[in-house]
Amino acid sequence: MYNPFSLEGKNILITGASSGIGQETAIQCSKMGANVIITARNEERLKETLSMLNGVSNKMVLAELTNQEELENLVEHIEYIDGLVLCAGKGMTSPFPFSTREKYDEIFNVNFFAPVELLRLLVKKKKLQKCSSVVFVSSIGGNVSFSLGNGVYGASKAAIDSTMKFCARELAPKKIRVNTVNPGMVNTKLIQGGAISDEQYKLDMEKYPLKRYGEPQDIAYGIIYLLSDASAWVTGHSLVIDGGVTI
Amino acid sequence: MEIKDFIEHFAEQFDDTDISVFSAETRFRDLEEWSSLIALSIIAMVDEEYDVILKGDDIKAATTIVDLFNIVKTKM
Ligand SMILES: NC(=O)c1ccc[n+]([C@@H]2O[C@H](COP(=O)([O-])OP(=O)(O)OC[C@H]3O[C@@H](n4cnc5c(N)ncnc54)[C@H](OP(=O)(O)O)[C@@H]3O)[C@@H](O)[C@H]2O)c1
Repeated sequence: MYNPFSLEGKNILITGASSGIGQETAIQCSKMGANVIITARNEERLKETLSMLNGVSNKMVLAELTNQEELENLVEHIEYIDGLVLCAGKGMTSPFPFSTREKYDEIFNVNFFAPVELLRLLVKKKKLQKCSSVVFVSSIGGNVSFSLGNGVYGASKAAIDSTMKFCARELAPKKIRVNTVNPGMVNTKLIQGGAISDEQYKLDMEKYPLKRYGEPQDIAYGIIYLLSDASAWVTGHSLVIDGGVTI
Repeated sequence: MEIKDFIEHFAEQFDDTDISVFSAETRFRDLEEWSSLIALSIIAMVDEEYDVILKGDDIKAATTIVDLFNIVKTKM
């Protein structure tokens, strides 16, 4: 069947695949024909993701991505890949006067240093095939939206968008494309039970022209576009997927 | 944890409201200066001072400062 968005035969590594956007992306990629390698820390939830994947060539590797040894072990498990989705991440709400170095470190370690170091190791060890595609899961936060108390998280995502552009230029000679997807609020456990009350969420949702928050598949489909050969001429791009909230 | 200290820490999150306004029975949402950013600051203050993680819904459930104090106490 004619499908320029197919991922048939591509090996794709997805971090943060035990939950939310990463899990849905893994499922959708496998349905598009990819062989998926999934990683996260929680064995039970990662196994559950594995059981939800299409095909028989998928595998999982447990890794705490802020730990250098575990990061290197993950890279050892990989022969070569055609696609990389850097989705593992965490949120934080912290008004500026409370945003200590400790808090910045906690968030930057997971949201910035871990994905950047993983990409560096994969590039250095030449595990990314020619014409492969790298997708960072960034955010509108810190890039186009600056909501109160979101500064630590937002700064980590702004650093991601900046690094993505440098990598897009530097890896272009290797024909590796590098982009971000920048979601608005998506219904996952990342936004649940935190400093924002349900009532505030309801008010916030009203600001979305499409009158709802995103679902993980809304983001997964954008990631699939960037992983597929349909986006062969797209690099250095931040793809905002946000129900129109930043218009 | 003393209510007196709690009220002081609570009041510190405000810039324009006089400290004398704050008591255990203050209905904090009625204060003119109350805002969503101050709500986030209260949550962060409670985390920093008392090692208790409040949720946005906990703030919503409290009307007076002592209500919130009691919620924090149950979570310690
Ligand atoms: N939800 C939103 O509204 C939203 C909006 C914009 C951007 N994003 C971004 O989307 C990405 C995915 O978020 P989500 O909403 O899907 O959240 P989620 O459901 O909480 O998933 C986060 C994933 O990251 C993994 N992870 C966290 N810390 C890790 C670590 N130290 N080492 C390895 N894996 C780790 C978690 O797995 P384990 O716990 O099993 O390790 C989990 O699979 C994040 O980068 C987030 O910043 C989300």
